[in-house]
Amino acid sequence: MLILTCPYCGVTGEETEFAAGGEAHLKRFGPGSSDAEFESYLFARKNEKGVTFERWRHANGCGKWFHAARCTVTLEVFGTYKAQVTEPPKEILAAIRKRRPGWEPAA
Amino acid sequence: MKRYSAFAIAKEALNNHQGWKRAWAKAQPKRKYDVIVVGAGGHGLATAYYLGKNFGIRNVAILEKGWLGGGNTGRNTTIIRSNYLQDPSAAIYEKARSLYETMSQDLNYNVMFSPRGVMMLAQTEHEVRGYKRTAAANAFQGVETEFIGPARVKELCPIMNIEGPRYPVLGALWQPRGGTARHDAVAWGYARACSAMGMDIIQKCEVTGVRSEGGRVVGVDTTKGAIDCDKLAMVVAGHCSHLAEMAGFRLPVESVALQALVSEPIKPCMDVVVMANTVHGYMSQSDKGEMVIGGGTDAFNNYTQRGSFHHIEETVRALVETFPMISRLKMLRQWGGIVDVTGDRSPILSKTPIEGIFVNCGWGTGGFKAIPGSGWGMAELIAKGHSPLTDEFGLNRFTEGRFIDESVAAGVAH
Ligand SMILES: Cc1cc2nc3c(=O)[nH]c(=O)nc-3n(C[C@H](O)[C@H](O)[C@H](O)COP(=O)(O)OP(=O)(O)OC[C@H]3O[C@@H](n4cnc5c(N)ncnc54)[C@H](O)[C@@H]3O)c2cc1C
Ligand SMILES: [Zn+2]
Repeated sequence: MLILTCPYCGVTGEETEFAAGGEAHLKRFGPGSSDAEFESYLFARKNEKGVTFERWRHANGCGKWFHAARCTVTLEVFGTYKAQVTEPPKEILAAIRKRRPGWEPAA
Repeated sequence: MKRYSAFAIAKEALNNHQGWKRAWAKAQPKRKYDVIVVGAGGHGLATAYYLGKNFGIRNVAILEKGWLGGGNTGRNTTIIRSNYLQDPSAAIYEKARSLYETMSQDLNYNVMFSPRGVMMLAQTEHEVRGYKRTAAANAFQGVETEFIGPARVKELCPIMNIEGPRYPVLGALWQPRGGTARHDAVAWGYARACSAMGMDIIQKCEVTGVRSEGGRVVGVDTTKGAIDCDKLAMVVAGHCSHLAEMAGFRLPVESVALQALVSEPIKPCMDVVVMANTVHGYMSQSDKGEMVIGGGTDAFNNYTQRGSFHHIEETVRALVETFPMISRLKMLRQWGGIVDVTGDRSPILSKTPIEGIFVNCGWGTGGFKAIPGSGWGMAELIAKGHSPLTDEFGLNRFTEGRFIDESVAAGVAH
């Protein structure tokens, strides 16, 4: 059972209070992009074995979308952060490195 | 390979059964193979078997990081059916189901295929329409299924409560030749046959890197050293994205946990397989008498082989409504597997951006039933470059938007 903290309302709850929303920080490709870019945006996923960044929604709470940094091998949650960013903030990266020395984000 | 038979049992009995040989040989990696298959689950082993049997390609190694059959092949609820909606699905799943009919004889290994019949309950008007449509599609595809009414459901499975209250049983899609088989035996039977053909099954050998030169695969790095190959088949289910990353490409797959549980053994009370997609639960009774139960997947990516508890709770709650008599059964064991899910809920059997690398993955929550058909098609794809069974399941379907949409037909995991 995952325990997450909503960065908007500050509520800490079990995963049943939240809805998982898939890989975070996808770069959107629309009309005018190449077929490969569009396909990759729609379908190709990192599906990391290890540290991952993903979207969650506080579905049975304030209803807002946010981000979480989590490990898919240990289910450890490194932290959650707000949705209005295109990459993980410095504090989150530092929190991950503290627990996973030498870790580098995938390209 | 020594044949198993009634005569062999009688003969060994005289010897206190001390004379039985290992079913497959222990092997150390050679320097190079024509084909390396990564993953000794059912799909990897079946791929190797049909490479040898149908195409005479026998210089093959099957590399497994854990033990043979220890992945999803040894963790599933063993439901076999082929009542899918789309034509390419019906083709590969029905090929697989029909191969299950004779598998024990073909492999000389008892896989306990039991075509006891599978019913998928319709508990909403929407499902009734959906299953009637599938039954019509199956009639055109030559897959024997039938839409049956509630009275026939009750007759086939008397322990079911068809009256509701929340979700009354309105009918079911019935596949009389669907059923179950012994999952371990499927892996063991193929392994024994592969070993008898001279293939190397190497356990506790994890692939840690994929080497290619000029866009062509040349070999793999493993915990038992580097091994070269002309062709490489990645058949690692939930770990396919991880393997693909080693080779430098991405897949349209996400890995999530799916769980199952079994009850204490009880006397025979149910001789069909029942799936209830609306309430997310399915159940059958094993030969030992345990009720084998499965439910839904977690919504987030996970490599731990442990699922969330609330799914078990939801599954059991739903099944107690449908089968009131199980309400006082004790559950004995519960476990999880990491399943590889694609957007259209159909598998990927495909060439990849690297020449010589083939991938067989995306079977998600329902690939046990497909093992022989998948191995058959995959072997042909590897040997000849294409196969009528796999052509539609290529990675290019995502570029072309040509999905094989089974997400509605397979609303539940199995
Ligand atoms: C709880 C549960 C219930 C299910 N119920 C059903 C059902 O009723 N009917 C049905 O049809 N399907 C069902 N399925 C799905 C089915 O189990 C799978 O689709 C199928 O078993 C996949 O087989 P596979 O050979 O592709 O994968 P696996 O059996 O998982 O084999 C892959 C192998 O690859 C190995 N591997 C991974 N990485 C590496 C590496 N780097 N190097 C070497 N080896 C590696 C793994 O150790 C593993 O043994 C269920 C699954 C689960 C988890
Ligand atoms: Zn909130």
